[in-house]
Amino acid sequence: MKAGVVVFPGSNCDKDVFDVLKALDVDVKYIWHDGGKIDVDLLVLPGGFSYGDYLRCGAIARFAKVLEGIYEFSERGNLILGICNGFQILTELKLLPGALLRNKNLKFICSDCQLIVENNNTPFTRFYEKGEVVNFPIAHGEGNYFIDDEGLKRLKEKGQIVFKYKNNPNGSIEDIAGIINEGGNVLGLMPHPERSSSKLLGCDDGLKFFKGAIEFLKG
Amino acid sequence: MLTYKDVGLNKEEYDLIVERLGRIPNDLELSMFGVMWSEHCSYKNSKALLKLFNTKSERVLQGPGENAGVVDIGDGLAIAMKIESHNHPSAFEPYQGAATGVGGILRDVFTMGARPIANLNSIRFGRLELEKTKHLLKGVVKGIGDYGNSVGIPTVGGETVFNECYNDNPLVNAMSVGLLKREDLKKAAAKGVGNPVMLVGHTTGRDGMGGASFASCDLTKESEEKRSAVQVGDPFMEKLLLEACLELIKEGCVVGIQDLGAAGLTSASCETAFRGGSGIKIDVTKVITREKGMNPIEIMISESQERMLVIVEKGKEDRVFEIFNKWGLHASVIGEVTDDGFVSVYEGERLVGQVPAKLLADGAPINLRPFKRPKYMDELMNFDTSKVEKPKDLKETILKLLKSPNIASKKWVYSQYDHQVRNSTVIKPGGDAALVLVDGTDKGIALTVDCNERYCYLNPYEGAKIAVLEAARNIAATGARPIAITDCLNFANPEKEEIYYQFRNSILGITEASRILNTPVISGNVSFYNQSEKMAIHPTPVIGMLGLLEDAKKHTTIDFKDEGDVIILVGETRDEIGGSEYLKVIFGIEAGRVPEAQVEIEKNTIEAVLKCIDENLLKSCHDISNGGFIVTLLECCFKNEMGAKLSINTDLREDRFLFSESQGRFILSCRKDAADKVILNFKRYGVMAEVIGETQRDKVEIELNGNKVLDIEVKEAKKEWEGGLVCFME
Repeated sequence: MKAGVVVFPGSNCDKDVFDVLKALDVDVKYIWHDGGKIDVDLLVLPGGFSYGDYLRCGAIARFAKVLEGIYEFSERGNLILGICNGFQILTELKLLPGALLRNKNLKFICSDCQLIVENNNTPFTRFYEKGEVVNFPIAHGEGNYFIDDEGLKRLKEKGQIVFKYKNNPNGSIEDIAGIINEGGNVLGLMPHPERSSSKLLGCDDGLKFFKGAIEFLKG
Repeated sequence: MLTYKDVGLNKEEYDLIVERLGRIPNDLELSMFGVMWSEHCSYKNSKALLKLFNTKSERVLQGPGENAGVVDIGDGLAIAMKIESHNHPSAFEPYQGAATGVGGILRDVFTMGARPIANLNSIRFGRLELEKTKHLLKGVVKGIGDYGNSVGIPTVGGETVFNECYNDNPLVNAMSVGLLKREDLKKAAAKGVGNPVMLVGHTTGRDGMGGASFASCDLTKESEEKRSAVQVGDPFMEKLLLEACLELIKEGCVVGIQDLGAAGLTSASCETAFRGGSGIKIDVTKVITREKGMNPIEIMISESQERMLVIVEKGKEDRVFEIFNKWGLHASVIGEVTDDGFVSVYEGERLVGQVPAKLLADGAPINLRPFKRPKYMDELMNFDTSKVEKPKDLKETILKLLKSPNIASKKWVYSQYDHQVRNSTVIKPGGDAALVLVDGTDKGIALTVDCNERYCYLNPYEGAKIAVLEAARNIAATGARPIAITDCLNFANPEKEEIYYQFRNSILGITEASRILNTPVISGNVSFYNQSEKMAIHPTPVIGMLGLLEDAKKHTTIDFKDEGDVIILVGETRDEIGGSEYLKVIFGIEAGRVPEAQVEIEKNTIEAVLKCIDENLLKSCHDISNGGFIVTLLECCFKNEMGAKLSINTDLREDRFLFSESQGRFILSCRKDAADKVILNFKRYGVMAEVIGETQRDKVEIELNGNKVLDIEVKEAKKEWEGGLVCFME
């Protein structure tokens, strides 16, 4: 099982998630935005400010050369994880529905954050209980998830809402913090599971998130 | 023709330039002298006194004089750090002023070959009731946040202070800390005749023209017209420049490297040449500009951000271009190193200016100015605090203090900063000091910035000592040993004798305390002229301190953890409410004798605290500062909503005991069976420590000499403390 972390210019959580995967004995590598190859089983789009996040978060990154084959990669059922900026990029790519708007208070928010596991039937959340409360910190200015009524209905019907905020920090519709695609292999979330991977740093609720995906791929 | 006045010089300085050059300088040369001999670049009014600092210890690898100071932390690793002011720009353009302050200090750190791993800041504003203050606070916090968050360096700590002395002159001091391997340490020196000089990063534009001179005079109405002297920041560009420069250094292409800050290309070229004992030749037509028609003067003094001057080993230019191409950045060879000792500026083939690098970089006349003890000092110091009446309702008084802006929770500020990126922040903002893990080791570094401007105003010498001591206590409270200082000395106009007295005595105070604590000053910055037509700021020597904890797992935080733990008060509480937060907030008085700073005793106190933490005896540790014992105690209670039941005997009146700001004190908690060992540790160091009670759920109850003086719900107190700042800002 191999994992890759895409590095865009301006990515800044690439090393954090790389280190966590490495510590879990995953064969992980960095994949450069311009010409890198996606020859892995789990692709991570990390947090940060890809291409400065000018214009709109993730709007430029979706055109990155490395992502040219991403639809095909996804259709083959490989796992794709977008954290924070990575989630924003996945919505820009339309691999996930909806969009991320500016936080309701118009400020960047960095804080510990409690999430409720809504769907534990995904590769990433299989080791959590449904309804379990976990702490993954947030750090974003544009994490206010929005989707139209029809889209929301569909998300609910298909069980695509994976995480909800216990105390909505950013105005997201229906407290949505993370969703998965209909195929069940592309997951995006604003909170950072990689920042919840060490007791010394405050919490390790996020380890089970990565372990879930790793075990899933190992079969 | 420009005159010396146009470039901010005086007659004596101009005459000296003419004498040393042996001719009249042309406009370009005069402009270069104008920025380099400004207070901001030349330190002409501070240099003589800064020499007093103790700057050496067994750990210091690089003291003052470089882009940042560097200390050894063992295992082949070192920490680079520096603090710098961006006060004047932030007074007019709070967002860009603060953002570029962060950008500049980051470059100072990665120029040394270090990867920035943490940022801190000290920001100070006038009365929070003023609309202007809110505007400045919002802009500065957003500027710091947007820049640091985007580059991906956690902002792990700092201080936000309000005092009417900053009504017209807010202070924005940014500190950055980087990690490097000892062998990667780079210097900003131009060496090797014929080595190419490259300008890399952003293009050069007309922004920030003359910023160094702008920062070297009082803020007046006319200053507002000089807004174009404020630079514009691009954090994305900085992130790319950071990665590219570190890659360049790792590849061994770099002979010398210097960031372009104040005075732009002029300072970068003459300083690297001066440090390298060489000369530098520059062709301004090779500089990539973002605007058409820029003349040599504009190119030489532009303060466009996110640029670096790199002296490359000859023959490795192609590798440099490759690396910068990869990161999508500009790089151009703009000149070469010479051995003639001159900075020579060419426009194509034509020589348009030539001055000795040493004269430009180090030739400004150094002044030891006359000083005079300020008149206000005796009057304010002799204020009789015994006349202050005891408040009728202690509980109301405490709640009022808790919600006052200087004591209230600063969450509104630090939640706008990403303090967790890099996944290394063990102690986050809100504690005594931040604690950050050192990659690949068990070590942690503790970081803090501190200064109490009221103490420094009432008694600059004692106040400066206390700033150092408070920083050291904050570091020690985490379990880390204080090892080095970077300081940002913010003062008003040094040409005034009373201001120069404040400056001089602050330096003496810092020197005294840092010598005894063995925390040398390894870098820093002086910011003068923080003065408007109406008022001068209080002397504000901000101390940034670094501490080292060999095993980060042993760290301690400020919060009470469990019910039934023993609470211990360390240090002696004296009748010292002079200059206190209590006097200021409750009575509006800023007067009295400041608390006594006993450095030798505090050194022992710190040793005992470190011993207790090293032996895993403590569950919490919090230093007592603003607001005194009672505010500190409540701060220990908030996070886990854990209260306390205390019984204390004292000779002091109730309010004196609760609000005294006597130095050298801590509140600790520990398991019952550890208490004897803790007390014994302090006894061995000759430091007072006594058990004063136990933690309990939900409530704080205090008896003084057998009389119940306080009974308060933790939740109620916490609500006031949490809402204090928010109610002004939202």
